[in-house]
Formats: sequence, C-alpha cells, structure tokens
Amino acid sequence: MENHSAHSEHRDDEGSRLGMWVFLFTEMILFFGLFLVYAVFRAKHADDFHIAAQQFNVIIGAINTIILLISSATVAMSITAIQLNDRVKAIRLLWITIGLALIFLVNKYFEWGGKIDHMLYPGSDLVTSLKQGQILFFGLYYFMTGLHALHIVIGVTLLAYIASQVKKGKVNANDHVLLENGGLYWHLVDLIWIFLFPLLYLIT
Amino acid sequence: MQNTNYLYPKGLKGWLTSTDHKRIGVMYLIAIMVFFLVGGILGGIMKLELAQPGQQVMDAQTYNGLFTVHGIIMIFLVVIPGLSAVFGNFFLPIMIGAKDVVFPRLNLLSFYIYIVGACIAVLSQFAGSGPPDTGWTFYAPYSLESDTNVVMAVFAAFVLGFSSILTGLNFIVTIHRLRAPGMGWFKMPLFPWSLYATAWIQVLATPIIGITLLMIAAERFLNIGFFDPTLGGDPILFQHLFWIYSHPAVYIMILPAMGVITEIIPTFCQRKVFGYQAIVISSLAIAGVGYLVWGHHMFTSGMSDLSRWVFSLLTFIVAIPSAIKVFNWIATMYKGSIELRTPFLYTLSFIFQFMIGGITGLILGSLATDVHVHDTYFVVAHFHYIVFGGMGFAFFAAIHYWYPKMFGRMYNERRANWAWGVVFSGFTLLYFPMFILGLQGMPRRYFDYLPEYTFGHVLSSIGAAVLLTGLFMMVHTLLAGRNGKVAPANPWGGKTLEWTISSPPPLENFVEVPTITEGPYEYK
Repeated sequence: MENHSAHSEHRDDEGSRLGMWVFLFTEMILFFGLFLVYAVFRAKHADDFHIAAQQFNVIIGAINTIILLISSATVAMSITAIQLNDRVKAIRLLWITIGLALIFLVNKYFEWGGKIDHMLYPGSDLVTSLKQGQILFFGLYYFMTGLHALHIVIGVTLLAYIASQVKKGKVNANDHVLLENGGLYWHLVDLIWIFLFPLLYLIT
Repeated sequence: MQNTNYLYPKGLKGWLTSTDHKRIGVMYLIAIMVFFLVGGILGGIMKLELAQPGQQVMDAQTYNGLFTVHGIIMIFLVVIPGLSAVFGNFFLPIMIGAKDVVFPRLNLLSFYIYIVGACIAVLSQFAGSGPPDTGWTFYAPYSLESDTNVVMAVFAAFVLGFSSILTGLNFIVTIHRLRAPGMGWFKMPLFPWSLYATAWIQVLATPIIGITLLMIAAERFLNIGFFDPTLGGDPILFQHLFWIYSHPAVYIMILPAMGVITEIIPTFCQRKVFGYQAIVISSLAIAGVGYLVWGHHMFTSGMSDLSRWVFSLLTFIVAIPSAIKVFNWIATMYKGSIELRTPFLYTLSFIFQFMIGGITGLILGSLATDVHVHDTYFVVAHFHYIVFGGMGFAFFAAIHYWYPKMFGRMYNERRANWAWGVVFSGFTLLYFPMFILGLQGMPRRYFDYLPEYTFGHVLSSIGAAVLLTGLFMMVHTLLAGRNGKVAPANPWGGKTLEWTISSPPPLENFVEVPTITEGPYEYK
C-alpha cells in the first residue's frame, strides 16, 4: 500500500512553474467573464455607469492600488532573498506582504461599510430605485471587488503557509519553486486589481 | 511475478489513497459507469412516460425534474470527464512513456473534487425544495425564479468544473514535460494529442462557466441582477456566457473520442494511420475554432443578423476538420487487413453515427433551417447522435479495446459482439425517429404530445428498452470478464507503448524508460 502513495521522488521545477502559469490563465479567464459582462453593460448604459462611478472615492482606490503594487514588490524581493539564501529576510518580506494585504482588506472593509451605511448595496430600497445601469454598476462593483477580496484572502493564506515552509527549511535556496509560484499568484491578484481600479474608479 | 502489477496489493484503503494514475483511472471508470447507468435508467423512465400520449407514469413537474437530472448527470458527471478522466488517466502516461502524470497528488485531488461535486449533484435532488427543473442549461431568468433547488445543482456544476480544470492542467504539463526520450511532438500517439487539445479547452473554457454559475448564485442570494431584467440584467447575456463554455465543452467530449477511434483503427487494420499530421492539426483546429461558434445555439434568441452570419459561417468551418478526420479514418482502412473484433465494431458504428450527427449539425448551423427545427426533437436527436453515438460509443470502443490491458483478462468476445448488435440497434431505433419527429414539429422537453406523433414515440420507446437491454448485456459481459482467459501483453497486435508492457501494467509502467526512435504506427 505504502509504495502506491509514495512514488519515487520526482522533482520538476519547470513543470511546476508551467502548471502554475496554466492555472493563472484559468484565473484570468474567470475574471475575463466579468470584464465581458462589464463591457456589455457599460456599452448599454454608459451614462448610468458614469453617474454611479462618481460615488466612489478615487483616493482610497489609489491608496489600495499603491499598497498592492508595493506588496508585489516585496514578494518579489522575498524570492530574491531566498535565492541568496537569506531565509530570515525572505520570511520578513513575506510577512510584510501579508501585512500590506491586510491593510488593503481593512481599507476595503471601510469602503464597503461606508457604501452600505449610505444604503448603496444591491437590493436596498435606494439602489432598486435607481436607473437600470446604476443598479448594474453597484452589483458589478460588489461582485468584482468581492471576488477579488476572496482571492486576496486565499493569497494571504498561501503566503502564510509558504512562510512557514521557509521557516522549516522546506523552501530553501535550492528548492524555492513553491515560493516562486506563490509570488506568481500574488502578482496575478495584483494584476487583476490593476484592471479593476480604472474600470470602477477612474473611468467615470 | 503475478503480483507485481498495479492491481496489487488489494485493499480498499490502498485504492482510495492511491496516487497511481492507473488506479485513479479505474476509480473514475467505476464512478462514471455507475452514473452512466443511473442516467440511462432515468432516460428510460422518460421514454416510458412518452410511450403513449397523455400522462403515463408521472406528472409534468416530475418530468421536468427528470430531464434536468438526466442532463446534469450525463453532461457534467459522465461525458465531460468521461474519456479523459478514465482512459486519459490510465493511458496518457503509458502512451508517452512516463511513470505517472506530473502531479500525481493533484490528480487524486481532482478525483475527490469530482466525487464531492457528484455528491452535491445527487443531494440537490433530495435536499431542499425539490429537484431542479430548469434543464441542465440553467437558462435565466427561469433559473432565477424557479423555487426548486437550483443553487445546489449550480454549485455542483461549479465544483465539477474545478475537477475538470485540474485534470486538464495536469495533462498539459504532463505532455510537455514527461514524454519519453526521443518522443518529439510529432512522434506522440494521437490519443495523447487529442487529450492535449482537450486539456486546453478544459483549462481555458471552464472558468467562464464557473463565473457564470457564481453570478447565478449571487443573483439568487444577493439580488445582484446580472441576468434578471427586473434587476436591470439581461437574460440573453446568460445564454452567451453559458454557451461560451458549453459549446467548447462539446469538443471536450468529442475530441478524446476521436483520439480513441484514431488509436483503434490502425490496430485492427494493421496499417499506418493515414495523414498523421492532418489529424493532429485538425484536433487543434477543432479546439481553436470550437471556441468561436457558441452563438449558433442562439440563432432564435435575438441576435443581430451580422453575428448570426458570422456564427453560422464559423460553424461550417469547424465541420471541416471533423470531416478531415473521417476521411483519414476511412483512408486508413483502405487496403488494410481489417479484423472485425468487438472494439472495431464499436468504432465503425461511431463513424456512422458521428457522420449522421455531424451533418444534421450543419442543418442546425444553417440560419434558415435552424428556425424551423430549433427546440424540436431534431436537436435532441442530433446531440444524442454526437454525444452518445459519438462519445458514448467511443467510450465503449475504448473499454473493449483496453480492457485486456487494464485488467489482464479477456471478456467473452462473442457475447460482447451480441451486446454491440443490441446496443447499436437500440440506439438507432431510439434516436433516429426523433429526427423525423423533430422535422414534423415535435417540441423538446414536453412530457406529452399530440396523437399524430404517437408512432415515432412508440418506436423510440421500444428502442430505449432495447438499448438498455444491450447496455446491461455489455456491462454484464465486461464484469464477467474478470474470470475470463488471461490476456497476453498485446492481444490485438497494437504498436503504441501500452502494448509493449505486460497486462495489467506493472506499478510504475516501465521497468526501463523506453527510448522512441520511430512514429507510433509503423505497421509493416
């Protein structure tokens, strides 16, 4: 029985990276479906989208964008650190990344909370009394940023797990493909936000 | 020596926790055959209801639930995973000379995700407010309004999508990284090639259905109105998103089937496959163009004339690579020394049914004729000819072809041939009358019909009984094969790598990793 679960050890970093890239394609296409919906409704209700987007605070959005960009840099630095065999620095940089992600989520929490206090959530009396395109815009806003926030949470969990593996020495200067893949995932989460930010906040 | 193959040691725990691709393939085989028989029996009950006009054994609402669960089981649990999960898992690594897939643990994980998804799908029938009645397509706005247990079924499809994506990802990386030394891309057998094309569709199309199903859930729980017109949404948009996945999904089903057929024909003709490169390129072309034809499901639901033209044209274009394959198969047989064994009988009926299904597909792809036959039994007949007559028969061909390799035993071929005869006649009798009924205007999804359609329906119901009998004969023959003659390593005289190792294959497939020097089908 034992020999069935423990195949002869086979390590293929190139394969793992390729697998991660293929997985990232699927994530991009997941969001692509939403961008498609956004594009269709924006084309149909350009004016409503314009009005609804003015409810959003560009400053908070911009701060969050900068936070995520920095966090992408820190995770990349962490990979360099492990390549240079500096485990302590790698772990520290990972925790900085996670901290930045949490700040992002806190900002998001206040932003959502503020909207909800102003009765701007799907199904509220205020929103249902708005014009069609505006209802759709708020729906898309919550759905897209909500799904993105879910990805942030998954990313944080993943990075925390990787940090523990670095600490145990399972991820080290010779074998760091797990950290690289975690970094790739984090860049993707960042990249998606780079699209969400202009679509929801900037194009008004 | 006897006990060194992958079937040993015995013991349930060893199977359920095994990351061996062969064991995972066999576990999928068992799960999928069980679901196939359940789905088939449900279909049989539908035909029982339709055997005479008026209400026979159930009311209309039950019938709605029945065709929905028949569709969900057959599409999401049987034909989408089908060939790639069972025979892809078992034979892809062997055929490319590898010891396993590249991520064996991920492979086991996708099996369990499949099982979880299947359990949720089954649960959706019993838990909550009654079995879903939307059809497997979950069309909005009805899927948003129906007070049956739609969300759970939708969630099951979402989970099953994950399993499909992970299997596809695993196969892509496996084919890139683990081909045996010397096996260049164009020395790879054609079943792995078809799995490669399929895997890309699985990876690139499935997320779209994932997000669409999430949107349905958000709409039902959170009042986010993407598709419901009263909340500002657009139901046609749902159809677009749904078919952006679900049309390519048809190619997820049929491409591996074509791959299996392409393996079987050279073996039983002892002849090199005709036009190897044309088959490879047509697989890739089907995968690519198949992405762009989804609109032909919606010719009558409101689209601009221009887009209908474009989708119709693309639909005709995607028929070309499929036809190329048929020509290749027939040209391979030409002047071959053909041996009519059981797998080859299934293969021949595959080609016959696939051509009927394909050409009737073009009738549906033409704008003018589609308006006439849309949403009639013609469509039902067409896709059962493709999905069952195509993918289903290819599955049967594959199981009869590889059975001796997988289990090291031979089934009783005479009985298997009889089963084939009954299955084939039952299939024809069940589905061919549906073409006529459809042309006469019989609408699909109705639990009752006008008296003038009685004759066709009666024929079809008799066909269903014959088909089910045949299927049970087939399964019985296969199960009885456990005690059959011991199979040699190469019972059919095949040339691909799986025939070079013992039957059943040893634990890590190859004692020595083979080095490839020539193409896969070098028959004398």
